[in-house]
Amino acid sequence: MGATALAKRLDAIWETPHTLIGSLTTVDHKAIGKRYLVTAFIFLCLGGIEAALMRAQLTRPNEHLLSAEAYNQLFTMHGTTMMFLYAAPILSGFSNYFVPLLIGSRDMAFPRLNAFSYWIFLFAGIFLYSSFLVGAAPNGGWFNYVPLTARPFDPGINIDFYCIALIFLSVSTTVGAVNFIVTILRMRAPGMTLGRMPMYLWSTLSTSVVILFSLPALTAACLMLELDRRTGTHFFDPSGGGSSLLWQHLFWSFGHPWVYVVVLPAFGIVSMALPVFVRRRLAGFDYVAMSTVAIAIIGFGVWAHHMFATGLPTVGMGFFSAASMIIVLPSGVSVTAWLLTVWTGRPVYTTSYLFMLGFIVIFVIGGLSGVITGIVPVDWQVHDTYFVVAHLHYVLIGANLFPVVGGIYYWFPKMTGRLMSERIGKWSFWLMFIGFNVGFFPMHIAGLLGMPRRVYTYYEGMGLDTVNLIETIGAYVFAIGVLVFIINVIRSARRGPLAGSDPWHGATLEWSTPSPPPAYNFEVIPIITGRDPLWDQTLEEIHGGADDPSRTLTNGRETLATTVTDARPDAILHMPEDSIWPMLLALSLAILCYSALLNVTIVSILAAIVAALSVGGWFWPEHRELAP
Amino acid sequence: MNQLPGGIPNILAPRGIAAQHLAILAWVTIIISIVVLVLVLIALLVPVMRTQHGEPDAGVAYDAREHTFILIVGAAIPALILLSVYLFSMKDIGLWEYGSHATADVQVIGHQWWWEVRYPQLGIETANEIYIPTGTRVKIELLSSDVIHSFWVPQLHGKLDMIPGRVNRFWLEADSSGQYRGECAEFCGTQHAHMDFTVVAVSHAQFAHWAAAQAKPASPPADAIAAEGRSAFQFNGCAYCHTVNGNGAGGRAGPDLTHFASRLTIGAGMLPNTRAYLGGWIVSAQHLKPGVRMPDVTLSGEELQAVLTYLEGLR
Repeated sequence: MGATALAKRLDAIWETPHTLIGSLTTVDHKAIGKRYLVTAFIFLCLGGIEAALMRAQLTRPNEHLLSAEAYNQLFTMHGTTMMFLYAAPILSGFSNYFVPLLIGSRDMAFPRLNAFSYWIFLFAGIFLYSSFLVGAAPNGGWFNYVPLTARPFDPGINIDFYCIALIFLSVSTTVGAVNFIVTILRMRAPGMTLGRMPMYLWSTLSTSVVILFSLPALTAACLMLELDRRTGTHFFDPSGGGSSLLWQHLFWSFGHPWVYVVVLPAFGIVSMALPVFVRRRLAGFDYVAMSTVAIAIIGFGVWAHHMFATGLPTVGMGFFSAASMIIVLPSGVSVTAWLLTVWTGRPVYTTSYLFMLGFIVIFVIGGLSGVITGIVPVDWQVHDTYFVVAHLHYVLIGANLFPVVGGIYYWFPKMTGRLMSERIGKWSFWLMFIGFNVGFFPMHIAGLLGMPRRVYTYYEGMGLDTVNLIETIGAYVFAIGVLVFIINVIRSARRGPLAGSDPWHGATLEWSTPSPPPAYNFEVIPIITGRDPLWDQTLEEIHGGADDPSRTLTNGRETLATTVTDARPDAILHMPEDSIWPMLLALSLAILCYSALLNVTIVSILAAIVAALSVGGWFWPEHRELAP
Repeated sequence: MNQLPGGIPNILAPRGIAAQHLAILAWVTIIISIVVLVLVLIALLVPVMRTQHGEPDAGVAYDAREHTFILIVGAAIPALILLSVYLFSMKDIGLWEYGSHATADVQVIGHQWWWEVRYPQLGIETANEIYIPTGTRVKIELLSSDVIHSFWVPQLHGKLDMIPGRVNRFWLEADSSGQYRGECAEFCGTQHAHMDFTVVAVSHAQFAHWAAAQAKPASPPADAIAAEGRSAFQFNGCAYCHTVNGNGAGGRAGPDLTHFASRLTIGAGMLPNTRAYLGGWIVSAQHLKPGVRMPDVTLSGEELQAVLTYLEGLR
């Protein structure tokens, strides 16, 4: 088959019609990935607006811009949004878009599950945000400590919104993780052994495993709290034999691994982009990969360092402090590897590269303040102060937002076919980098001066006036930087210069296919012989084989399954067609959530029936006639 | 300007033995962090300064020397530093314990959003301020009546949570007399921001004098206006929530007011205890501290003045 004929045939098989129905039914991982990215970024903006309101309130002492209750709802929604609706989903967006491209596959392992996962995420976000419409947004902090959130102390539906939204969202995150694990383990291009996987796959794989083992703790905790609130069980009620500390153990045994869920894939982005911009391989690749796995595992053993002030036994505190010190080491290995790569490379100072360097600076500061808070006796002082607010923003903005924005500058040409403006890009970087440090570094000082977290105002004359004013100014400069970045995205998507398939001379497979990639990603399933295919092999070596039907796979939507460790061809996978059922299932579950919240039994029953029918429709056998 | 008692609760300006230990440890970790940060910044800035010539070079796929370098600089050296800091910190890991069998000198019970303070052996009940004699290790039991609070006097010691259903044991010691600001450090609801207290450290003699005065029942109203204030206090619902020992008021929901006039603040460290602020607090607590359990009390002008006179007499 000739090249154009092959492309035409694959187009006919894989392309989703560009109609409303098409957009509701598509299972294309690239469309889903872009939706994840855009939706998560919108939630970032919402969380950012909440933060901007809080900073306005804290600009001066005894300010009355926001009421105490409004402030408490805002900081709760800010944390919940950033952790659940931005930081993890934005990385799912990257993974959805790029995992199949990085492994030389035509889609994810479970495309319909993938679509389902996105719809659930969207509806769970809408569900949570609809709480503002009734003035009852969650108000117990993103950490939602019981008994403050038990019915006697919070009788409204605020906390019910929180619990049900997180239970609902956990479905999305869990099936997403399963999908990534199976895709990465079973669908890598022939020759891409585990040892040849790009670093982004190591981080996505580790992260997905962490999700599977950590998220159930949160889901169980939310379910138990709803039972306490709705049916009067006593899981968290000491007067009924429960424990008010149990929530904290469950929450943080989820919550700390979650920190690594939202930073490890971002580390992966850095490990992908940094070597390309310094024109050499990542130094110490094997150790960075092992560090990623080590962080994922050790991350399960540090949760009680959030609880050093609860009165734990000293032996327990000693253990969790030691584990918190140990997890510094793999992070230290990764940072050293990046620094060595930069030191020995020949860098091109693109905007993306600047974001990667900015990430290293900010993350190192966040890591160091993490060591300070991990030392038990010091934590007794700085715990629950603005010192910790500074620390967590250095870690999360440093190790999530900066790599994410850098990653968008890096991969935007692949996703849209157009380059982003470097001139505007440099502005966005410096505004964000300077604004961030001006906004957040003084929080260390505010904490050392004894300013507790989660206060809607503070007293005059406590030495906090100036630092808070500076923080607000910095935060707004940072916000302007984000705005400039958004403008750059919108402008470049329309008017940016054409990028071609490989504008950066990248090393990995996504750069071997056109920008934006066709619906089927690759005309010919690639063959890999090294870790950096585009640097080690010619395009002919990777993609030659248009005459080989076992490489072109044109009998319907097909892609290749390979063995787990050494990626030998194993089976041809028949991928499902587009379908409306994932969306309908997610929608009926969303309605179920609302009816559970409002106790409307009849609607609950109807929604459950529609959900069951949707599952049936989803699995209904289908057959598509193809031209010979 | 700030008229509230206690200075800036600066962690790095300790005024007690425990906080001194913690401040030393904090300084050690802060200085190590600054040194590491400077080294990293140098490692990042040197390549920026250096002009790099030559063609791009992907390098070999596996370089053993690079891996060794990364292991030593990224893991081995940090491990030694971290181990030293960790072991150094462990000397203070038992810093707040005094043994579960010893009897506590003070019980502090967290409420939304104030602090109930009892001296069981001295028969004293007060709120939002803790008197301690200087140079003495005062044993404290921390409890909560509702949600989780966290007891923190930054210049004297680290923080420890007050958890419903549990008793946490703790001690405070101040080197010299003075007033030290205490705060609630755990988010505890609407008015978490306004849940402060004062530790007043005084000499042993002054402490004995204070304790003797506090242990007595309230003085009866000194004059006719104060007596009128007392009946207004009884008949306008104040007594449902507040105790005035010896004057017939026995409510338990709010702070004990037996020796209210001796206290430094009202509203849990929020306002100085002056007649003007107290009047404002009584008629519009909801405006000053929205969500507080204290309702706005409707009193005629005369009644209010009488109540203020009565409360000012509760020394």
